[in-house]
Amino acid sequence: MKTGTPGKTTDLPVLLDVAQIAPKNIRLPRLRLWHGVALFGAVLLFSSIAGAQTGPAEASPIAVIFKWMPLLLRGFLFNLLLSVLSMALGTILGVPLGLMQLSNLRTLRACAWAFTQFFRNAPWLVLLFFAMYLVPYQFELGGVIVPFPDWVKAVIGFALPVMANVAEIVRGAVQSLPGGQWEAAESLAFTRRQTMWMIILPQCLQRMLPPWMNVYSIITMSTVLASIVGINEMLTLTAQVHNAEGGRPDLLAPLYGFALLCFFIYCYPINLWTVRLERRFHVKS
Amino acid sequence: MLQWIAEWFRSLYETTGLNFTIFYDPYDAKQFIAGIGMTIYLSVVSILISIVIGVIGAWLQMSRFALVRGVIEVFVVIFRNTPPLVQIFFFYFGLGALLPSSYNDIGLREPLLTNVQWAIVSLSLFAGAFNIEIFRSGIQAVPRTTIEAAEALGYTQLGAYRYVVLPLALRVCLPALNNNLVNLLKTTTLAYAIAVPETLYASAQIWAQSQNVTEMMCVLLAVFVLLVGVLVWIMHRWERALRIPGFGR
Repeated sequence: MKTGTPGKTTDLPVLLDVAQIAPKNIRLPRLRLWHGVALFGAVLLFSSIAGAQTGPAEASPIAVIFKWMPLLLRGFLFNLLLSVLSMALGTILGVPLGLMQLSNLRTLRACAWAFTQFFRNAPWLVLLFFAMYLVPYQFELGGVIVPFPDWVKAVIGFALPVMANVAEIVRGAVQSLPGGQWEAAESLAFTRRQTMWMIILPQCLQRMLPPWMNVYSIITMSTVLASIVGINEMLTLTAQVHNAEGGRPDLLAPLYGFALLCFFIYCYPINLWTVRLERRFHVKS
Repeated sequence: MLQWIAEWFRSLYETTGLNFTIFYDPYDAKQFIAGIGMTIYLSVVSILISIVIGVIGAWLQMSRFALVRGVIEVFVVIFRNTPPLVQIFFFYFGLGALLPSSYNDIGLREPLLTNVQWAIVSLSLFAGAFNIEIFRSGIQAVPRTTIEAAEALGYTQLGAYRYVVLPLALRVCLPALNNNLVNLLKTTTLAYAIAVPETLYASAQIWAQSQNVTEMMCVLLAVFVLLVGVLVWIMHRWERALRIPGFGR
């Protein structure tokens, strides 16, 4: 016979209060990095057995990956650079857009809302194509020609959806603060702008951090899309390494597995950290 | 009517240079509509499979065996923290090459799963991993006492899950599920990378032939905003239809 948990009973125990269970339901996964490494090792082992059957003359997948690791990791670093730059650009653009959605002017609010929804609901890959094809390859600024290489256009392409998501985060965080804060500031004779900058936004920073990190994790994983539009990042290099090794089909799984592993090692700690912050700040992203 | 639209877009091209070939060139129109059809097909099938994965995975996560829970957890963590595009490549190129394949009459290699099927597999697993988390949070919102009440009424463990826990959990996690399914619809564009002829792929073919990148981009964005809008509308209808008066937040 099982016994129910004592206490915390409501009059109608159909459903627990969501706020009550929220801190509990996010459980830190017990997985550690070495689980991923072990799994990857198992994949490698499996594929090296498959490779061993084809003939002794060919290098094993592990040897191939070790041989090309510096190149592949350089590609991965480029992905990280893309992600950091587009996150920075997207945040710089997104915060004002989010604040515009909270404006007192009805038209400005509506325009900002429509703009945000448009970029939030368009697929990332389509926006990337959009930026790659429609942003000119150079600008002329007062007689000086500013070149726009492909990777800068990709940063713009990734920054567009980041902008929309950051705008939503800002709007959500400001609206999640109790209205009493606004009223209290008003009674202390703060202007609207002062209230926003000195009272509301400082309190929002904490709430915005976990979802913002979530967006960063997503944009990092999306930077591989740049390979589709012809930028030399990790996935492109992986395909080139595969060609350089003679295009053996048994190499593909280990090579792409290595790419998966790199992103996993980078993104998983971010994810864990986000969950921990969410728990600490009691916010749901 | 169709004739009139075609004429209007043709004259638009002649007067302004805005070349919307898909409205007057039957070949381009057919290709584009087939692309939209493929996007809808990919989304609907992947949505259904991912929901099934989510329901089964969330149920297995309540299992008594630590091994089963561990396997599900590893699955969720890996698929949530790696790029979906690399997942698709890993499945299509990596696993596709390892699986046995047959050869057809003229000696061409016929893989076990086509690129469309691999796209469905990887998209479903990707969205399924998120759905497991979403359904789990919904299931945890159902209090222990409700399950005990179901057990007292003679439900088996599976029966209680099927008839009591799941219907309640579904209503709790619908907003999060809604979000994830919209995300899945947007992720179907990644199938472009393995040459699945969906909307983006069809558009790329059209703008390569007709030199109308800007116009097709606008049409493409409009189509996706429309598709997402339809999905959100359906989900909201469903949410309203499932609503139990006096229940929920």
